[in-house]
Amino acid sequence: MTERPDRGATERPDRDTAAEPVIEVRDLWKSFGDQEVLRGVNLFVLDGETLVVLGPSGCGKSVLLKHVIGLMKPDRGSIVVEGRELTKLDAHELKDLRMRFGMVFQGAALFDSMTVGENVGLPLKEHRGMKGDELADLTETKLRMVGLAGVSHLRPSEISGGMKKRVALARAIALDPDIILYDEPTTGLDPIMAEQINELIRTLQRKVNATSIVVTHDLHSAKFTGDKIALMHNGRIELVGTMDDLRHSDNEAVRTFIARGHAPALGSKGGAGPIDPEVFE
Amino acid sequence: MRNSSFTPGLAIAHVGAGLFGTIGRVAIDVVTEVGFAGILLWRSLLSLRKLGRSAPLVIEQARRIGVESLPLVIITSVFTGAVTAVQAAYQLKEFVPKIYLGTAIYKSVVIELGPVLTALVVGGRVSASIAAELGTMRVTEQIDAMDAMAIDPIRYLTMPRIVAALVMLPVLTVFADILAIGGGFFVANASLDISPKVFIEGMKMFFVPRDILGGLMKAFVFGGIISLMGCSAGLRTLGGAVGVGAAATRAVVTSCVLILVGDYVLAVLLFRIIFGE
Repeated sequence: MTERPDRGATERPDRDTAAEPVIEVRDLWKSFGDQEVLRGVNLFVLDGETLVVLGPSGCGKSVLLKHVIGLMKPDRGSIVVEGRELTKLDAHELKDLRMRFGMVFQGAALFDSMTVGENVGLPLKEHRGMKGDELADLTETKLRMVGLAGVSHLRPSEISGGMKKRVALARAIALDPDIILYDEPTTGLDPIMAEQINELIRTLQRKVNATSIVVTHDLHSAKFTGDKIALMHNGRIELVGTMDDLRHSDNEAVRTFIARGHAPALGSKGGAGPIDPEVFE
Repeated sequence: MRNSSFTPGLAIAHVGAGLFGTIGRVAIDVVTEVGFAGILLWRSLLSLRKLGRSAPLVIEQARRIGVESLPLVIITSVFTGAVTAVQAAYQLKEFVPKIYLGTAIYKSVVIELGPVLTALVVGGRVSASIAAELGTMRVTEQIDAMDAMAIDPIRYLTMPRIVAALVMLPVLTVFADILAIGGGFFVANASLDISPKVFIEGMKMFFVPRDILGGLMKAFVFGGIISLMGCSAGLRTLGGAVGVGAAATRAVVTSCVLILVGDYVLAVLLFRIIFGE
Protein backbone atom coordinates (compact mmCIF):
# COMPACT_ATOMS: atom_id res chain seq x y z
CA MET A 1 0.00 0.00 0.00
CA THR A 2 1.26 3.48 -0.82
CA GLU A 3 2.19 5.27 2.38
CA ARG A 4 3.18 8.59 0.84
CA PRO A 5 1.01 10.76 -1.36
CA ASP A 6 2.15 11.57 -4.86
CA ARG A 7 3.98 14.72 -3.79
CA GLY A 8 4.85 15.87 -7.29
CA ALA A 9 1.24 15.99 -8.36
CA THR A 10 0.12 17.98 -5.32
CA GLU A 11 2.90 20.53 -5.26
CA ARG A 12 2.27 24.00 -6.69
CA PRO A 13 3.22 24.65 -10.31
CA ASP A 14 6.51 26.28 -11.16
CA ARG A 15 6.21 30.08 -10.87
CA ASP A 16 7.88 30.65 -14.21
CA THR A 17 5.86 28.20 -16.25
CA ALA A 18 2.33 28.30 -14.86
CA ALA A 19 -0.32 30.57 -13.41
CA GLU A 20 -0.49 31.28 -9.67
CA PRO A 21 -2.89 28.95 -7.90
CA VAL A 22 -6.10 30.56 -6.62
CA ILE A 23 -6.25 28.11 -3.72
CA GLU A 24 -3.25 26.38 -2.27
CA VAL A 25 -3.35 23.97 0.68
CA ARG A 26 0.03 23.20 2.24
CA ASP A 27 0.71 20.33 4.62
CA LEU A 28 -2.69 20.57 6.35
CA TRP A 29 -3.22 18.56 9.53
CA LYS A 30 -6.39 18.27 11.61
CA SER A 31 -7.35 15.93 14.46
CA PHE A 32 -10.56 15.49 16.43
CA GLY A 33 -9.58 13.97 19.75
CA ASP A 34 -7.14 11.16 18.92
CA GLN A 35 -8.49 10.73 15.40
CA GLU A 36 -6.31 12.28 12.70
CA VAL A 37 -8.67 13.35 9.92
CA LEU A 38 -6.26 15.34 7.75
CA ARG A 39 -2.69 14.06 7.65
CA GLY A 40 -0.61 16.49 5.65
CA VAL A 41 -2.84 17.46 2.72
CA ASN A 42 -1.18 19.32 -0.18
CA LEU A 43 -3.31 20.66 -3.00
CA PHE A 44 -3.64 23.57 -5.39
CA VAL A 45 -6.36 24.84 -7.72
CA LEU A 46 -5.70 27.15 -10.67
CA ASP A 47 -7.90 30.03 -11.82
CA GLY A 48 -11.10 28.86 -13.51
CA GLU A 49 -10.27 25.21 -12.86
CA THR A 50 -12.60 22.66 -11.28
CA LEU A 51 -10.83 20.29 -8.92
CA VAL A 52 -12.74 17.25 -7.70
CA VAL A 53 -11.66 15.79 -4.37
CA LEU A 54 -12.72 12.16 -4.67
CA GLY A 55 -12.69 9.66 -1.86
CA PRO A 56 -14.71 7.35 0.35
CA SER A 57 -16.99 8.61 3.13
CA GLY A 58 -15.10 9.59 6.26
CA CYS A 59 -11.74 10.21 4.54
CA GLY A 60 -11.71 13.91 5.46
CA LYS A 61 -13.02 15.53 2.25
CA SER A 62 -15.68 17.71 3.87
CA VAL A 63 -13.29 18.70 6.67
CA LEU A 64 -10.79 19.80 4.00
CA LEU A 65 -13.48 21.87 2.27
CA LYS A 66 -14.47 23.57 5.55
CA HIS A 67 -10.83 24.54 6.09
CA VAL A 68 -10.68 26.13 2.63
CA ILE A 69 -13.48 28.58 3.54
CA GLY A 70 -12.23 29.13 7.09
CA LEU A 71 -15.04 27.33 8.92
CA MET A 72 -12.43 25.17 10.68
CA LYS A 73 -8.94 26.01 11.88
CA PRO A 74 -6.13 23.57 11.11
CA ASP A 75 -3.83 22.12 13.77
CA ARG A 76 -0.92 22.66 11.40
CA GLY A 77 -0.35 23.78 7.84
CA SER A 78 -1.66 26.64 5.76
CA ILE A 79 -4.36 27.57 3.26
CA VAL A 80 -3.54 30.35 0.82
CA VAL A 81 -6.40 31.88 -1.15
CA GLU A 82 -5.48 34.38 -3.82
CA GLY A 83 -2.14 34.93 -2.17
CA ARG A 84 -3.56 35.52 1.31
CA GLU A 85 -2.92 33.14 4.19
CA LEU A 86 -6.41 32.26 5.47
CA THR A 87 -5.34 31.27 8.98
CA LYS A 88 -3.76 34.69 9.57
CA LEU A 89 -6.72 36.84 8.49
CA ASP A 90 -8.68 38.80 11.10
CA ALA A 91 -12.48 38.53 11.28
CA HIS A 92 -13.03 41.50 8.95
CA GLU A 93 -10.58 40.25 6.31
CA LEU A 94 -12.05 36.75 6.51
CA LYS A 95 -15.53 38.17 5.98
CA ASP A 96 -14.36 40.07 2.89
CA LEU A 97 -12.75 36.94 1.51
CA ARG A 98 -15.80 34.76 2.19
CA MET A 99 -17.95 37.13 0.16
CA ARG A 100 -15.99 35.93 -2.86
CA PHE A 101 -16.90 32.31 -2.08
CA GLY A 102 -20.10 30.38 -2.70
CA MET A 103 -20.64 27.08 -0.96
CA VAL A 104 -23.15 24.27 -1.52
CA PHE A 105 -23.49 22.13 1.60
CA GLN A 106 -24.08 18.40 1.63
CA GLY A 107 -27.61 18.65 3.07
CA ALA A 108 -28.24 21.94 1.20
CA ALA A 109 -28.34 23.78 4.59
CA LEU A 110 -31.26 25.98 3.54
CA PHE A 111 -32.67 28.20 6.28
CA ASP A 112 -35.96 26.49 7.05
CA SER A 113 -37.43 29.59 8.70
CA MET A 114 -37.26 31.36 5.32
CA THR A 115 -38.82 30.82 1.93
CA VAL A 116 -36.78 29.66 -1.07
CA GLY A 117 -36.65 33.25 -2.35
CA GLU A 118 -35.55 34.62 1.03
CA ASN A 119 -32.79 31.99 1.17
CA VAL A 120 -31.40 33.01 -2.21
CA GLY A 121 -31.95 36.72 -1.54
CA LEU A 122 -30.32 36.76 1.91
CA PRO A 123 -26.71 37.38 0.76
CA LEU A 124 -27.95 40.02 -1.71
CA LYS A 125 -29.92 41.76 1.01
CA GLU A 126 -27.13 41.56 3.59
CA HIS A 127 -24.14 42.44 1.43
CA ARG A 128 -25.57 44.51 -1.40
CA GLY A 129 -28.38 46.17 0.54
CA MET A 130 -30.93 45.13 -2.09
CA LYS A 131 -34.64 45.18 -1.34
CA GLY A 132 -38.07 45.27 -2.95
CA ASP A 133 -38.47 44.55 -6.66
CA GLU A 134 -34.75 44.73 -7.37
CA LEU A 135 -34.11 41.94 -4.85
CA ALA A 136 -37.07 39.87 -6.04
CA ASP A 137 -35.99 40.17 -9.70
CA LEU A 138 -32.38 39.16 -9.09
CA THR A 139 -33.48 36.29 -6.82
CA GLU A 140 -35.77 35.02 -9.55
CA THR A 141 -32.94 35.32 -12.10
CA LYS A 142 -30.64 33.22 -9.90
CA LEU A 143 -33.38 30.63 -9.44
CA ARG A 144 -33.98 30.51 -13.20
CA MET A 145 -30.23 29.90 -13.70
CA VAL A 146 -30.63 26.62 -11.79
CA GLY A 147 -33.88 25.75 -13.57
CA LEU A 148 -36.26 26.76 -10.80
CA ALA A 149 -38.72 29.46 -11.72
CA GLY A 150 -41.79 30.42 -9.70
CA VAL A 151 -40.87 28.57 -6.51
CA SER A 152 -39.55 31.47 -4.45
CA HIS A 153 -42.65 31.52 -2.24
CA LEU A 154 -42.22 27.88 -1.15
CA ARG A 155 -40.56 26.77 2.09
CA PRO A 156 -37.60 24.35 1.98
CA SER A 157 -39.82 21.74 3.67
CA GLU A 158 -42.19 21.90 0.66
CA ILE A 159 -39.62 21.04 -2.02
CA SER A 160 -37.77 17.82 -3.00
CA GLY A 161 -34.14 16.94 -2.22
CA GLY A 162 -33.03 17.72 -5.76
CA MET A 163 -34.78 21.09 -5.68
CA LYS A 164 -33.11 21.88 -2.36
CA LYS A 165 -29.68 21.27 -3.92
CA ARG A 166 -30.63 23.57 -6.80
CA VAL A 167 -31.76 26.29 -4.38
CA ALA A 168 -28.48 25.86 -2.49
CA LEU A 169 -26.67 26.31 -5.82
CA ALA A 170 -28.69 29.43 -6.61
CA ARG A 171 -27.84 30.81 -3.16
CA ALA A 172 -24.14 29.98 -3.65
CA ILE A 173 -23.98 31.95 -6.92
CA ALA A 174 -26.08 34.85 -5.63
CA LEU A 175 -23.08 37.15 -5.13
CA ASP A 176 -21.36 36.03 -8.38
CA PRO A 177 -18.52 34.35 -6.47
CA ASP A 178 -15.01 33.78 -7.83
CA ILE A 179 -14.75 30.45 -6.02
CA ILE A 180 -17.50 27.84 -5.56
CA LEU A 181 -17.20 24.91 -3.16
CA TYR A 182 -19.51 21.91 -3.51
CA ASP A 183 -19.79 19.40 -0.65
CA GLU A 184 -21.19 16.11 -1.99
CA PRO A 185 -23.59 17.79 -4.43
CA THR A 186 -25.18 14.53 -5.65
CA THR A 187 -25.39 12.62 -2.37
CA GLY A 188 -28.87 11.38 -1.53
CA LEU A 189 -30.25 12.01 -5.01
CA ASP A 190 -31.61 9.46 -7.49
CA PRO A 191 -29.40 8.86 -10.57
CA ILE A 192 -31.51 11.08 -12.85
CA MET A 193 -31.51 13.98 -10.42
CA ALA A 194 -27.79 13.43 -9.73
CA GLU A 195 -27.13 13.66 -13.46
CA GLN A 196 -29.11 16.90 -13.67
CA ILE A 197 -27.11 18.39 -10.80
CA ASN A 198 -23.83 17.33 -12.47
CA GLU A 199 -24.95 19.00 -15.70
CA LEU A 200 -25.99 22.08 -13.77
CA ILE A 201 -22.58 22.32 -12.08
CA ARG A 202 -20.87 22.04 -15.47
CA THR A 203 -23.19 24.64 -17.02
CA LEU A 204 -22.67 27.05 -14.14
CA GLN A 205 -18.91 26.64 -14.43
CA ARG A 206 -19.15 27.78 -18.04
CA LYS A 207 -21.55 30.63 -17.23
CA VAL A 208 -19.91 32.11 -14.15
CA ASN A 209 -16.34 30.95 -14.86
CA ALA A 210 -15.59 30.40 -11.18
CA THR A 211 -12.76 28.35 -9.71
CA SER A 212 -14.40 25.32 -8.09
CA ILE A 213 -13.70 22.49 -5.69
CA VAL A 214 -16.18 19.60 -5.78
CA VAL A 215 -15.99 17.07 -2.96
CA THR A 216 -17.64 13.76 -3.81
CA HIS A 217 -17.46 9.99 -3.45
CA ASP A 218 -19.31 9.58 -6.76
CA LEU A 219 -16.90 8.51 -9.56
CA HIS A 220 -19.34 9.47 -12.29
CA SER A 221 -19.87 12.93 -10.82
CA ALA A 222 -16.10 13.37 -10.50
CA LYS A 223 -15.52 12.39 -14.13
CA PHE A 224 -18.31 14.63 -15.40
CA THR A 225 -17.61 17.79 -13.38
CA GLY A 226 -13.84 17.83 -12.80
CA ASP A 227 -10.97 19.22 -14.87
CA LYS A 228 -8.62 17.55 -12.42
CA ILE A 229 -9.29 14.86 -9.81
CA ALA A 230 -7.53 14.49 -6.44
CA LEU A 231 -8.04 11.11 -4.82
CA MET A 232 -8.15 11.38 -1.05
CA HIS A 233 -7.69 8.42 1.24
CA ASN A 234 -7.15 8.21 4.97
CA GLY A 235 -6.57 11.96 5.39
CA ARG A 236 -4.09 12.30 2.50
CA ILE A 237 -4.16 13.12 -1.18
CA GLU A 238 -2.92 10.00 -2.92
CA LEU A 239 -2.90 11.30 -6.48
CA VAL A 240 -3.93 14.33 -8.54
CA GLY A 241 -4.61 14.02 -12.25
CA THR A 242 -7.22 13.30 -14.88
CA MET A 243 -9.56 10.31 -14.76
CA ASP A 244 -7.17 8.54 -17.15
CA ASP A 245 -4.26 9.19 -14.77
CA LEU A 246 -6.34 7.62 -11.98
CA ARG A 247 -7.20 4.59 -14.12
CA HIS A 248 -3.56 3.94 -14.95
CA SER A 249 -2.17 4.62 -11.49
CA ASP A 250 -0.17 1.98 -9.60
CA ASN A 251 -1.30 3.42 -6.28
CA GLU A 252 -3.23 0.69 -4.43
CA ALA A 253 -5.80 3.00 -2.83
CA VAL A 254 -6.49 4.59 -6.22
CA ARG A 255 -6.75 1.22 -8.01
CA THR A 256 -9.11 -0.16 -5.37
CA PHE A 257 -11.31 2.91 -5.47
CA ILE A 258 -11.55 2.85 -9.26
CA ALA A 259 -12.19 -0.90 -9.33
CA ARG A 260 -14.66 -1.19 -6.49
CA GLY A 261 -15.94 2.30 -6.02
CA HIS A 262 -14.43 2.59 -2.56
CA ALA A 263 -10.99 2.69 -0.98
CA PRO A 264 -9.38 -0.01 1.15
CA ALA A 265 -10.51 -0.16 4.77
CA LEU A 266 -9.05 2.46 7.07
CA GLY A 267 -6.76 1.64 9.97
CA SER A 268 -7.70 0.61 13.47
CA LYS A 269 -9.07 4.10 14.29
CA GLY A 270 -12.22 3.28 12.29
CA GLY A 271 -13.91 4.92 9.32
CA ALA A 272 -15.53 3.78 6.10
CA GLY A 273 -14.41 0.60 4.41
CA PRO A 274 -15.76 -2.54 2.75
CA ILE A 275 -18.49 -4.52 4.48
CA ASP A 276 -17.30 -7.62 6.31
CA PRO A 277 -19.30 -10.55 4.79
CA GLU A 278 -18.98 -12.49 8.06
CA VAL A 279 -21.50 -10.22 9.75
CA PHE A 280 -24.24 -11.87 7.65
CA GLU A 281 -23.30 -15.40 8.66
CA MET B 1 -18.38 -19.87 51.27
CA ARG B 2 -16.68 -16.48 51.42
CA ASN B 3 -17.36 -14.17 48.54
CA SER B 4 -13.87 -13.01 47.57
CA SER B 5 -15.09 -10.63 44.81
CA PHE B 6 -16.61 -8.08 47.20
CA THR B 7 -14.26 -5.82 49.14
CA PRO B 8 -16.00 -3.03 51.13
CA GLY B 9 -12.97 -0.72 51.00
CA LEU B 10 -12.73 -0.98 47.23
CA ALA B 11 -16.48 -0.47 46.81
CA ILE B 12 -16.37 2.72 48.92
CA ALA B 13 -13.32 3.94 46.98
CA HIS B 14 -15.17 3.19 43.73
CA VAL B 15 -18.30 5.08 44.84
CA GLY B 16 -16.11 7.96 46.10
CA ALA B 17 -14.21 8.15 42.83
CA GLY B 18 -17.50 8.06 40.90
CA LEU B 19 -18.92 10.85 43.07
CA PHE B 20 -15.85 13.05 42.72
CA GLY B 21 -15.71 12.26 39.02
CA THR B 22 -19.34 13.35 38.63
CA ILE B 23 -18.77 16.53 40.66
CA GLY B 24 -15.67 17.27 38.55
CA ARG B 25 -17.54 16.73 35.29
CA VAL B 26 -20.44 18.94 36.44
CA ALA B 27 -17.97 21.65 37.52
CA ILE B 28 -16.21 21.53 34.13
CA ASP B 29 -19.60 21.64 32.35
CA VAL B 30 -20.72 24.66 34.39
CA VAL B 31 -17.43 26.54 33.81
CA THR B 32 -17.55 25.70 30.08
CA GLU B 33 -21.19 26.79 29.79
CA VAL B 34 -20.63 30.04 31.68
CA GLY B 35 -17.40 30.73 29.77
CA PHE B 36 -19.06 30.19 26.40
CA ALA B 37 -22.08 32.27 27.46
CA GLY B 38 -19.72 35.07 28.58
CA ILE B 39 -17.95 35.13 25.21
CA LEU B 40 -21.33 35.02 23.46
CA LEU B 41 -22.59 37.96 25.54
CA TRP B 42 -19.46 39.98 24.78
CA ARG B 43 -19.68 39.31 21.03
CA SER B 44 -23.42 40.10 21.09
CA LEU B 45 -22.70 43.41 22.84
CA LEU B 46 -20.11 44.24 20.17
CA SER B 47 -22.65 43.50 17.44
CA LEU B 48 -25.06 46.04 19.01
CA ARG B 49 -23.31 48.57 16.75
CA LYS B 50 -25.40 47.08 13.94
CA LEU B 51 -28.65 47.13 15.92
CA GLY B 52 -30.32 49.49 13.45
CA ARG B 53 -29.72 47.07 10.58
CA SER B 54 -31.01 44.19 12.69
CA ALA B 55 -34.18 46.01 13.82
CA PRO B 56 -36.58 43.80 11.78
CA LEU B 57 -34.98 40.70 13.31
CA VAL B 58 -35.33 42.15 16.82
CA ILE B 59 -39.01 42.97 16.19
CA GLU B 60 -39.65 39.44 14.92
CA GLN B 61 -38.00 37.95 18.00
CA ALA B 62 -39.91 40.37 20.28
CA ARG B 63 -43.13 39.01 18.75
CA ARG B 64 -42.06 35.41 19.30
CA ILE B 65 -40.63 35.91 22.80
CA GLY B 66 -43.10 38.49 24.06
CA VAL B 67 -46.43 38.41 22.27
CA GLU B 68 -46.56 34.63 21.88
CA SER B 69 -45.75 34.14 25.58
CA LEU B 70 -48.61 36.38 26.66
CA PRO B 71 -51.33 33.67 26.99
CA LEU B 72 -49.04 31.65 29.30
CA VAL B 73 -48.22 34.75 31.34
CA ILE B 74 -51.92 35.70 31.62
CA ILE B 75 -52.93 32.30 33.00
CA THR B 76 -49.93 32.07 35.35
CA SER B 77 -50.30 35.54 36.78
CA VAL B 78 -54.09 35.62 37.24
CA PHE B 79 -54.01 32.36 39.20
CA THR B 80 -50.87 33.36 41.09
CA GLY B 81 -52.64 36.53 42.26
CA ALA B 82 -55.77 34.60 43.17
CA VAL B 83 -53.83 31.97 45.16
CA THR B 84 -51.77 34.66 46.90
CA ALA B 85 -55.00 36.36 48.02
CA VAL B 86 -56.45 33.11 49.41
CA GLN B 87 -53.20 32.11 51.13
CA ALA B 88 -52.51 35.58 52.52
CA ALA B 89 -56.05 35.83 53.90
CA TYR B 90 -55.69 32.40 55.53
CA GLN B 91 -52.22 33.14 57.01
CA LEU B 92 -53.05 36.64 58.27
CA LYS B 93 -56.66 36.29 59.44
CA GLU B 94 -55.91 35.96 63.18
CA PHE B 95 -53.18 38.59 63.39
CA VAL B 96 -53.41 41.28 60.73
CA PRO B 97 -56.30 43.58 59.73
CA LYS B 98 -57.86 42.91 56.32
CA ILE B 99 -56.67 46.21 54.93
CA TYR B 100 -53.14 44.81 54.78
CA LEU B 101 -54.16 42.09 52.32
CA GLY B 102 -53.85 44.56 49.43
CA THR B 103 -50.38 45.51 50.69
CA ALA B 104 -49.28 41.87 50.96
CA ILE B 105 -50.49 41.00 47.47
CA TYR B 106 -49.12 44.10 45.81
CA LYS B 107 -45.67 43.82 47.49
CA SER B 108 -45.23 40.08 46.92
CA VAL B 109 -46.39 40.27 43.31
CA VAL B 110 -44.43 43.33 42.24
CA ILE B 111 -41.16 42.50 44.01
CA GLU B 112 -41.05 38.74 43.74
CA LEU B 113 -43.84 36.70 42.16
CA GLY B 114 -44.36 38.80 39.03
CA PRO B 115 -40.76 38.87 37.79
CA VAL B 116 -39.72 35.42 39.01
CA LEU B 117 -42.76 33.41 37.92
CA THR B 118 -42.89 35.23 34.59
CA ALA B 119 -39.20 34.49 34.05
CA LEU B 120 -39.61 30.83 34.98
CA VAL B 121 -42.60 30.15 32.70
CA VAL B 122 -41.27 32.27 29.84
CA GLY B 123 -37.79 30.85 30.42
CA GLY B 124 -39.03 27.29 30.06
CA ARG B 125 -40.82 28.13 26.85
CA VAL B 126 -38.35 30.53 25.25
CA SER B 127 -34.94 29.12 26.21
CA ALA B 128 -35.96 25.62 25.05
CA SER B 129 -37.34 27.04 21.82
CA ILE B 130 -34.19 29.10 21.12
CA ALA B 131 -31.88 26.18 21.95
CA ALA B 132 -33.85 23.75 19.78
CA GLU B 133 -33.99 26.18 16.85
CA LEU B 134 -30.31 27.16 16.93
CA GLY B 135 -29.32 23.57 17.75
CA THR B 136 -31.14 22.29 14.68
CA MET B 137 -29.50 25.03 12.62
CA ARG B 138 -26.12 23.95 13.98
CA VAL B 139 -26.50 20.22 13.25
CA THR B 140 -27.96 20.82 9.77
CA GLU B 141 -25.04 23.15 8.88
CA GLN B 142 -27.31 26.20 8.55
CA ILE B 143 -25.03 28.16 10.90
CA ASP B 144 -21.96 27.09 8.89
CA ALA B 145 -23.83 28.21 5.76
CA MET B 146 -24.44 31.61 7.35
CA ASP B 147 -20.75 31.90 8.26
CA ALA B 148 -19.79 30.82 4.74
CA MET B 149 -22.00 33.62 3.36
CA ALA B 150 -20.05 36.11 5.51
CA ILE B 151 -23.13 36.75 7.66
CA ASP B 152 -22.20 36.81 11.34
CA PRO B 153 -24.50 34.34 13.19
CA ILE B 154 -23.99 36.31 16.41
CA ARG B 155 -25.31 39.49 14.78
CA TYR B 156 -28.05 37.71 12.84
CA LEU B 157 -29.24 35.10 15.36
CA THR B 158 -28.01 35.77 18.89
CA MET B 159 -28.06 39.54 19.33
CA PRO B 160 -31.71 40.01 18.17
CA ARG B 161 -32.88 37.28 20.58
CA ILE B 162 -30.99 38.80 23.52
CA VAL B 163 -32.19 42.35 22.82
CA ALA B 164 -35.79 41.16 22.35
CA ALA B 165 -35.74 39.18 25.60
CA LEU B 166 -34.17 42.08 27.53
CA VAL B 167 -37.01 44.36 26.36
CA MET B 168 -39.90 41.88 26.47
CA LEU B 169 -39.34 40.33 29.91
CA PRO B 170 -39.97 43.66 31.73
CA VAL B 171 -43.00 44.27 29.46
CA LEU B 172 -44.39 40.81 30.24
CA THR B 173 -43.68 41.41 33.93
CA VAL B 174 -45.76 44.62 33.85
CA PHE B 175 -48.65 42.58 32.38
CA ALA B 176 -48.06 39.86 34.97
CA ASP B 177 -48.04 42.37 37.86
CA ILE B 178 -51.29 44.00 36.72
CA LEU B 179 -53.03 40.67 36.09
CA ALA B 180 -51.83 39.06 39.33
CA ILE B 181 -52.97 42.04 41.39
CA GLY B 182 -56.22 41.93 39.41
CA GLY B 183 -56.61 38.22 40.22
CA GLY B 184 -55.98 38.91 43.91
CA PHE B 185 -58.36 41.87 43.83
CA PHE B 186 -61.11 39.76 42.27
CA VAL B 187 -60.77 36.90 44.77
CA ALA B 188 -60.53 39.30 47.73
CA ASN B 189 -63.68 41.04 46.57
CA ALA B 190 -65.64 37.97 45.52
CA SER B 191 -64.87 35.48 48.26
CA LEU B 192 -62.85 37.04 51.07
CA ASP B 193 -65.23 39.83 51.98
CA ILE B 194 -62.75 42.64 51.29
CA SER B 195 -64.19 45.62 49.47
CA PRO B 196 -62.41 47.21 46.49
CA LYS B 197 -61.90 50.38 48.50
CA VAL B 198 -60.19 48.55 51.37
CA PHE B 199 -58.01 46.54 48.98
CA ILE B 200 -56.85 49.66 47.12
CA GLU B 201 -56.28 51.57 50.36
CA GLY B 202 -54.04 48.72 51.53
CA MET B 203 -52.07 48.88 48.30
CA LYS B 204 -51.62 52.64 48.60
CA MET B 205 -50.50 52.58 52.25
CA PHE B 206 -47.01 51.20 51.62
CA PHE B 207 -46.64 52.03 47.95
CA VAL B 208 -43.09 52.91 46.93
CA PRO B 209 -42.08 53.22 43.24
CA ARG B 210 -38.72 51.49 43.88
CA ASP B 211 -40.58 48.18 44.45
CA ILE B 212 -41.80 48.28 40.87
CA LEU B 213 -38.42 49.47 39.59
CA GLY B 214 -36.63 46.67 41.46
CA GLY B 215 -39.02 44.05 40.04
CA LEU B 216 -38.51 45.33 36.51
CA MET B 217 -34.74 45.40 36.91
CA LYS B 218 -34.94 41.75 37.94
CA ALA B 219 -37.03 40.99 34.86
CA PHE B 220 -34.44 42.72 32.65
CA VAL B 221 -31.65 40.51 34.02
CA PHE B 222 -33.82 37.38 33.75
CA GLY B 223 -34.49 38.23 30.10
CA GLY B 224 -30.74 38.26 29.49
CA ILE B 225 -30.28 34.92 31.30
CA ILE B 226 -33.08 33.18 29.37
CA SER B 227 -31.94 34.28 25.92
CA LEU B 228 -28.24 33.85 26.58
CA MET B 229 -28.63 30.32 27.96
CA GLY B 230 -30.90 29.36 25.05
CA CYS B 231 -28.44 30.71 22.46
CA SER B 232 -25.41 29.25 24.23
CA ALA B 233 -26.90 25.75 24.48
CA GLY B 234 -28.15 25.91 20.88
CA LEU B 235 -24.88 27.05 19.34
CA ARG B 236 -22.93 24.37 21.23
CA THR B 237 -25.19 21.54 20.05
CA LEU B 238 -23.42 18.42 18.85
CA GLY B 239 -24.87 15.38 17.10
CA GLY B 240 -28.36 15.02 15.70
CA ALA B 241 -31.82 14.90 17.26
CA VAL B 242 -30.45 13.65 20.59
CA GLY B 243 -28.05 16.60 20.71
CA VAL B 244 -30.88 19.06 20.00
CA GLY B 245 -33.00 17.51 22.79
CA ALA B 246 -30.07 17.69 25.20
CA ALA B 247 -29.44 21.33 24.26
CA ALA B 248 -33.08 22.26 24.95
CA THR B 249 -32.97 20.50 28.33
CA ARG B 250 -29.65 22.15 29.22
CA ALA B 251 -31.03 25.57 28.28
CA VAL B 252 -34.13 25.18 30.49
CA VAL B 253 -32.22 23.78 33.47
CA THR B 254 -29.43 26.38 33.38
CA SER B 255 -31.79 29.30 32.84
CA CYS B 256 -34.15 28.21 35.66
CA VAL B 257 -31.26 27.65 38.10
CA LEU B 258 -29.66 30.98 37.17
CA ILE B 259 -33.02 32.79 37.52
CA LEU B 260 -33.43 31.46 41.08
CA VAL B 261 -29.81 32.13 42.07
CA GLY B 262 -29.91 35.50 40.30
CA ASP B 263 -33.12 36.38 42.16
CA TYR B 264 -31.34 36.00 45.49
CA VAL B 265 -28.31 37.98 44.31
CA LEU B 266 -30.53 40.76 42.93
CA ALA B 267 -32.68 40.79 46.07
CA VAL B 268 -29.57 41.45 48.16
CA LEU B 269 -28.11 43.89 45.66
CA LEU B 270 -31.27 45.91 45.03
CA PHE B 271 -33.23 45.81 48.25
CA ARG B 272 -30.41 45.69 50.80
CA ILE B 273 -27.58 47.64 49.15
CA ILE B 274 -28.96 49.96 46.43
CA PHE B 275 -32.47 50.70 47.82
CA GLY B 276 -31.54 49.83 51.42
CA GLU B 277 -31.59 52.24 54.30
